[in-house]
Amino acid sequence: MLHLIKIQNSDSVGRREFLTRCTKAGLSLTTACALAYWFYDPMAPSGRQKVDVLPGLPDYSVPEMGNRMAIVRGTDRAKTIRLALEAIGGLERYIRPRDRVLLKVNAAFASPPMLCATSHPDLVTEIARLCLKVGASSVIVADNPINDPASCFALSGIEKAAREAGAKVVLPRRDSFRYFTLEGGLLIREWPLLYAPLQSVDKVIGMAPLKDHHRSGASMTLKNWYGLLGGRRNIFHQDIHNIIKELSMLLKATFVVLDGTATMMRNGPTGGSLSDLKETGTMIVSTDPVAADAYGASLLERTLDELPFIKKAEAEGVGMSDYASLNPKILTTD
Amino acid sequence: MGIRTVRRITQGFFLLLFLWFCAASNLGEQWWQLRGWPINWFLQLDPLVGLGTLLSTHTLYSGLLWGLATVALTIILGRFFCGWLCPFGCIHQMVGVLGKRKIKIRDRIKLNRYRRSQGIKYWILVFLLSAAAGDLLTFVINTPTRRTTVFWFLVICALLFVGFKAAQKEDVQPRKAMIIVLGIALLWALLCRFADIQVLLPVTLQTGLLDPIPLLYRSVNLVILPPLDSAGFHLNPSERIYDGVWTVGLVFMTAILLNLFVPRFYCRFICPLGALFGVLDRFSIWRVQKKDMEACKDCRLCEQNCEGACQPSTQIRISECVLCLNCLDDCPHGLMGYGTRPSVTGEFLSPDVSRREFTVALIAGVISVPMIRLNGHIGPNWNPDLIRPPGALREEDFLTRCIKCGQCMRVCPTNVIQPAGLSSGIEGIWTPVLNFRVGTSGCQFNCIACGNVCPTAAIRPLSLDERLGVNDFSENGPIRIGTAFVDRNRCLPWAMDRPCIVCQENCPVSPKAITTQIQFSVIHKDNVLTAKGVDALEIQLLNGGFIPERYATGDYYLRMDGQNDESALQPIISNTEDTLAVSVSEKSVGVLSKDTAIDIVIRLQKPVVDPERCIGCGVCQHECPVKGKRAIRVSAENETRNRDHRLLL
Repeated sequence: MLHLIKIQNSDSVGRREFLTRCTKAGLSLTTACALAYWFYDPMAPSGRQKVDVLPGLPDYSVPEMGNRMAIVRGTDRAKTIRLALEAIGGLERYIRPRDRVLLKVNAAFASPPMLCATSHPDLVTEIARLCLKVGASSVIVADNPINDPASCFALSGIEKAAREAGAKVVLPRRDSFRYFTLEGGLLIREWPLLYAPLQSVDKVIGMAPLKDHHRSGASMTLKNWYGLLGGRRNIFHQDIHNIIKELSMLLKATFVVLDGTATMMRNGPTGGSLSDLKETGTMIVSTDPVAADAYGASLLERTLDELPFIKKAEAEGVGMSDYASLNPKILTTD
Repeated sequence: MGIRTVRRITQGFFLLLFLWFCAASNLGEQWWQLRGWPINWFLQLDPLVGLGTLLSTHTLYSGLLWGLATVALTIILGRFFCGWLCPFGCIHQMVGVLGKRKIKIRDRIKLNRYRRSQGIKYWILVFLLSAAAGDLLTFVINTPTRRTTVFWFLVICALLFVGFKAAQKEDVQPRKAMIIVLGIALLWALLCRFADIQVLLPVTLQTGLLDPIPLLYRSVNLVILPPLDSAGFHLNPSERIYDGVWTVGLVFMTAILLNLFVPRFYCRFICPLGALFGVLDRFSIWRVQKKDMEACKDCRLCEQNCEGACQPSTQIRISECVLCLNCLDDCPHGLMGYGTRPSVTGEFLSPDVSRREFTVALIAGVISVPMIRLNGHIGPNWNPDLIRPPGALREEDFLTRCIKCGQCMRVCPTNVIQPAGLSSGIEGIWTPVLNFRVGTSGCQFNCIACGNVCPTAAIRPLSLDERLGVNDFSENGPIRIGTAFVDRNRCLPWAMDRPCIVCQENCPVSPKAITTQIQFSVIHKDNVLTAKGVDALEIQLLNGGFIPERYATGDYYLRMDGQNDESALQPIISNTEDTLAVSVSEKSVGVLSKDTAIDIVIRLQKPVVDPERCIGCGVCQHECPVKGKRAIRVSAENETRNRDHRLLL
């Protein structure tokens, strides 16, 4: 890009050349000044990290159904869940035709289903199948696991179970999270939340296996919402019962399923040995997660005093720890 | 007085001014030391600092507005900055004069001939600026999704342009050209529809690596002044040490010494600031010119001292001319001038850079940033040893502003701010990092010097209130740059039953962030002592073997057999090889008798850090008497500048 200016000697040409230069220089100067003026910033940055915070989460519950709870004895998850869903009024009363449904499973660890550290694939298949049967337009299965997400869903068998039932696993990605501040929360403030799956659905079903948890005492349906948090969420272990309380306030699910077919009695929440498990043969479905967890505590042989998060959630009006007051239907498949 | 003399005086003046500014950035009681002198003025005049940060942060911070003055004058006058003002240029020119000694005029002219490789500085400029231009590129690339109207307008313009060209020339096939235009538009739209360009194109400001003004500040601050401090000039009262600074020195020394081979080597081939001026001065109103062709004997004497190697004897390269104006004096016929008319032998206005070279430098610059970031050092792979000065922005923002000028390192009264090596990746080289092993203290509690000297607000200017978290800032708490961790395997009281707590004493936070747990440890565990006789308050022992007065430090106590009650401990006030004297106490006299088993215990205060109070200032680490690997060490945990690094709820 070479520009060769022709040799010019006459005065008029010189004058013209001078004017041309002045014009070009003037234009460049104006541009430079305009840019400097436009972007001039006398103040240093504040050092605060600005984040867009979500306005709030939708209510996924079905208020007209009231508080219902079913406790079904049996060892076959497909059978017990069917009976339990019938007992709370039938799935079709919760899932409307064309509803998009999220199954918030517990897929925290990359471990096989037999260890019951994650939601059982049989249960995932059955619930997804039933949802589609009553007319749900789509069922997605999501969690933000602790171990590598893709491995967790693959090894826990959840991915295969979902696929076979016609549901789809949504893995958490970098752009799946949005900052969220819980109204009335002290811990969940401007915290990344797994929002992408929540955003695209009408109903949310929380599915938790019943497990011992060394820090909080138990990992059940309330603790299950931990899987919606992103970021460095494990700093909340410094205040575990209050974070579970805040998680209980995070969203109103359509209903929760607490799988106590086999309970991880110790070494939770990972387990790792069949000897950690106890056949407790119980499936709990409840619109009230506090009641579900309160009942789960009895299967875990823990008192409510050992699990302060239950009372804390109750005090926030999330549900009733006195599950008997819900008149749960207690049934058996055998 | 000739123009050459005026120029030399000007250059000398600015060089001295520069050196004074460097020397002034010290605490001290002299009028010429820190007194609000504009010690950053040269950095602010440097428009590459302004332009670089403008690209990387979309702002022109405060004093960097001075750069506009330089730009304006360059647009009018040409590269005056290089020839008249730049202190680095002045040094090059002086050393170059040495290099030209005893070289024949003919060879000098040869030395000053234009070389094609002078284009390299433009590649460097383009490379550095494109690495800083990620956000601008994102803005442009996102046009189809964010500014759809503009996108369609551009597509239509391109189609019209192609159609127009096709109508003019027969060898352009209109259909093929249209398909190419639409294809590019489609690919463009798809790209920004499916890729997060912002994530794809991070930003880093690396102009400071080679920008002469930050380079010179850095070199003088870190390489030239510290030996002077030590050698008795005492610009700074204490000896200054800079870790890994030989790399800075190597660059500086190389740049200086190359002048002995080719005058102004750095300016001609490397300097990105000169390159920027070379781009800006294409419209300059006044230029160096040859005034008459016929009188010119083509002796080329005008080039014997030509600093810019801009070939004034023939078709002058305006972008290379540094306005040394030596040609005006050197032409024996007085044919060279500085005026508004073009040179009679013609001008090259634009830098000698091909489109291909430009594109390669641009692409290399753009691609290198995401490639460097694959390290993950901005994200999960962050380096906890990278402790930035108080007020430093979050790392990814910090790297869009820091120009590695070393002003913070010079002004830091304690010398704790050091040039980083690779601790923040290759892009963080020579940026400020705190090293608590070095210097006279940790990062002083009541000091805000670094942020207030930083020319680009990479370390933002804190008020003392904000740093300490008082008054208006009491809700935020103090600025934390890290957290101290006690290494209980190295700490004297924790690991070796020796009293110490120097760290606790020196903790400047109030109430202290280091508290102590009082514990008693038994000495002589395997060798139970038995009283042989008790004489008033002196206990004769069967099996002593002590070093006299070893236990007389006030930390040691005597404990009788079976008594774990702390109040029953008797302070030892002196000892010989086999006696222990305790202070007056009725109880001890009452209980002690012959054959009592005795323990000597030490009362230890063991340091414990309260992470809620600790600000990471590192005074504890600096003072820790375990001088090798310190027994209390700060890491960047819980630093205020990044909420993702928080440790506590």
